[in-house]
Amino acid sequence: MEKLVQKIGLKHGSGGRAMRQLIEEVFLELASPVDGIGLSALDDGAALRIGDQWLVVTTDSHVVHPIFFPGGDIGRISVSGTVNDLAMMGATEPMGLTCAVILEDGFPRADLERIRDSMKATALEAGAPFVTGDTKVVGRGDADGIFINTTGVALTRRVVTDAGLRAGDLLIITGTIGDHGMAIMSKRHDLGLQGDLRSDVAPINGLIRAALAAGGDDVVAMKDPTRGGVAGSLHEMAAKGKVGVLIDEQAVPVRDEVRAAGDMLGIDPLLVANEGKAVIGVRAASAGKVLAALRAHPLGRDAAIFARALGERPGAVILDTGLGKRLLAEPEGELLPRIC
Amino acid sequence: MCLGVPGKVLAIDGMVATVDFFGVKKELRLDIVDEPVTVGDYVLNHVGYAIRRIPPEEVQETLALFEQILDITGAREDLMAMDVQGEIAAGRAKA
Amino acid sequence: MAKDLTQELKFRDPAKARALAEAMQRNLDAIGREVSVMHVCGSHEQAIARFGLRAVLPRQLQLIMGPGCPVCVTDGPEVDEAVALAGMGVHVCTYGDMLRLPGTSRSLADAQADGGKVHVVYSVDQAVELARAHPAEEVVFFASGFETTAVATAAAALAQPPKNFSILSVHKYVPAAMDLVAQSKQTKIEGFIAAGHAAIITGWAIFEPFAQKTNTPVVVAGFEPLDVLASIVKLTDLIRERKAEVFNAYPRCVTREGSQPAQRVLWKVFEARSGKWRGIAEVPEGNLDLRPEFAHLDARKRFRIDTGAVRDEAASGLEAECICGTIMMGLASPHDCTLFGKACVPESPVGACMVSSEGTCRIWHTYGGAPDLRGVGLPASSEG
Repeated sequence: MEKLVQKIGLKHGSGGRAMRQLIEEVFLELASPVDGIGLSALDDGAALRIGDQWLVVTTDSHVVHPIFFPGGDIGRISVSGTVNDLAMMGATEPMGLTCAVILEDGFPRADLERIRDSMKATALEAGAPFVTGDTKVVGRGDADGIFINTTGVALTRRVVTDAGLRAGDLLIITGTIGDHGMAIMSKRHDLGLQGDLRSDVAPINGLIRAALAAGGDDVVAMKDPTRGGVAGSLHEMAAKGKVGVLIDEQAVPVRDEVRAAGDMLGIDPLLVANEGKAVIGVRAASAGKVLAALRAHPLGRDAAIFARALGERPGAVILDTGLGKRLLAEPEGELLPRIC
Repeated sequence: MCLGVPGKVLAIDGMVATVDFFGVKKELRLDIVDEPVTVGDYVLNHVGYAIRRIPPEEVQETLALFEQILDITGAREDLMAMDVQGEIAAGRAKA
Repeated sequence: MAKDLTQELKFRDPAKARALAEAMQRNLDAIGREVSVMHVCGSHEQAIARFGLRAVLPRQLQLIMGPGCPVCVTDGPEVDEAVALAGMGVHVCTYGDMLRLPGTSRSLADAQADGGKVHVVYSVDQAVELARAHPAEEVVFFASGFETTAVATAAAALAQPPKNFSILSVHKYVPAAMDLVAQSKQTKIEGFIAAGHAAIITGWAIFEPFAQKTNTPVVVAGFEPLDVLASIVKLTDLIRERKAEVFNAYPRCVTREGSQPAQRVLWKVFEARSGKWRGIAEVPEGNLDLRPEFAHLDARKRFRIDTGAVRDEAASGLEAECICGTIMMGLASPHDCTLFGKACVPESPVGACMVSSEGTCRIWHTYGGAPDLRGVGLPASSEG
């Protein structure tokens, strides 16, 4: 028996087991029954029945450091994250976004405007209008520069959850993995790596729309592999679907830059955060169609079938390296460069 | 116990080499490397220091060694194999 | 998609790997009984785990992870020193492996959460640069790792670091770990895989007295999948032939004499002294401490480090019950330990085997035993 933690640590925010445990121990109290998918499902968002449609609602707070990084900034993440969470529930046409900003006393106006411009451009890309917002300023040291919360709402006729996998389903990753987290880590720890390490942050609702159009009801589960990486997403999908998942490591698309940085720092790209990718579970018969549709989209050119759901070992994520197999553990806490 | 990654030396400036790790480049210190390093050499990186110059011929030697290990094990009772074993022993004494 | 050196050079060729695994099986069949071998290197365990190599080993072969992770064997009171320094307002720089390593009650991550100036670095040079950038503040490098890593620390110490830079050394020495194993009277280990990257520095001849003393073969191995597999094949060859010799299966990096420049730098700055290894024992020559000539760089001399406030005396009591050493020797399983899963969990590990993600106790705690994945997902699927 693990004892209850008395103080919150950084690991409780990093998308792994510790975070899920904290949510289950503390916040599940708040869940109440709804007609649809509510808090107790611990999915990317909620889905509430409205007539013959579903209103999907999702909310996300963004606290990235550094706030400007190669490939993006906190503004682009704050829009993409929420648009993508809606898309993961099957709702690819956002009706509206909210924007709540908490600023630290002394934050430069120029930076704020730069972030605003980035949010505007990203929202345009996603076809997601901002409809309301809120601004607060706190004292110096009470926040780290800027925190942004966005909430999104969208309607859909069919909800896709992260619990729909069955034995025999195939899993598709929509592109190369680890780009965002590796770019941030390289910058944050000042590792002196030269090369094109850049975040993949992007709204992928258009890409997901193409996948859903191609696969229809055979698209059975989706998850965006942000914190916790692909490994974290697969653990959740395996546990909720009560299936095992077997990954073919050779089939996982990884850019050379990310692979090289991962080798050097002792970090497995499967554990590293993405901000513009999805893991999509598809009935095997439709996997080819969905893959072709994804590859035809500019954000899905590197999409690949990389794993399949098994009837055995429910909840386990197993990696076939081509040389042997191992259990892929869930990430715990912030990823750090290793020396051994 | 120690992560070591091989890379190719692109440039050298005093005690610092720019090394290509097949995707990213990084500057490494040459203070403790075992042999003089020149552009085009492979080196092994550990915590930002080159700890070993990897002679290309010895990379081939390692690959050949795998073949020999396989051959010996596959044809253990073969007298020919004993000769190969002798050669490995000789090669080892040389190393 | 990537085409790095290792793949180019075919150190990860699955067909060769299968051939080596079959060769291993033939050796085990010829030996005709169970055989236990030990590797004394955390990076070997990482390579074995990362590539899933345990799943291809013969069932009669037990591959045991020895005391080869310098982070795991860093003792609680040593971490307490770094935590105490962070509490004194000093900058503490360390490798990422060390941040969450618990002391007797707290880790550097805890100290950081409490506002301590703790920095994760990839190289000792980043700590030196930090000291240069803040000449009015004290910067301590909490230096972990085996001699391979200690050489880098030593090089930094010799490169005239600024006056506000100092070193808190918890470097460990590999040959001491081997001696520790050799001295164990009760052991069933018939062969050793030796740490390739440490041997780059010390040379492979350093293992010869060990092989003679224990009458056990030693193979020096690299870290690519084929390196590891070929080394085990060679080791089982030697076991079968009852040859207690040292074989260098990593000739592209390791020589008989090792790196002379690195050894010079290492022993100029450090000396091997006795020290306590977490959950194992007092290890003669197990720690690398700064020589008296480098007292000006020694954080233990520069600061009065009082660990009283961050030290949990009860933890030392627990440690007396820890059987990590026995588990590492392959003589006990985690279930034989009274602390396992109770007082000793990943969040607050007592012994080294619970610290590392590849430690025996950690694996048993996470997965409920040693998983056997040989048959998973068969027959092989046809998809990409």
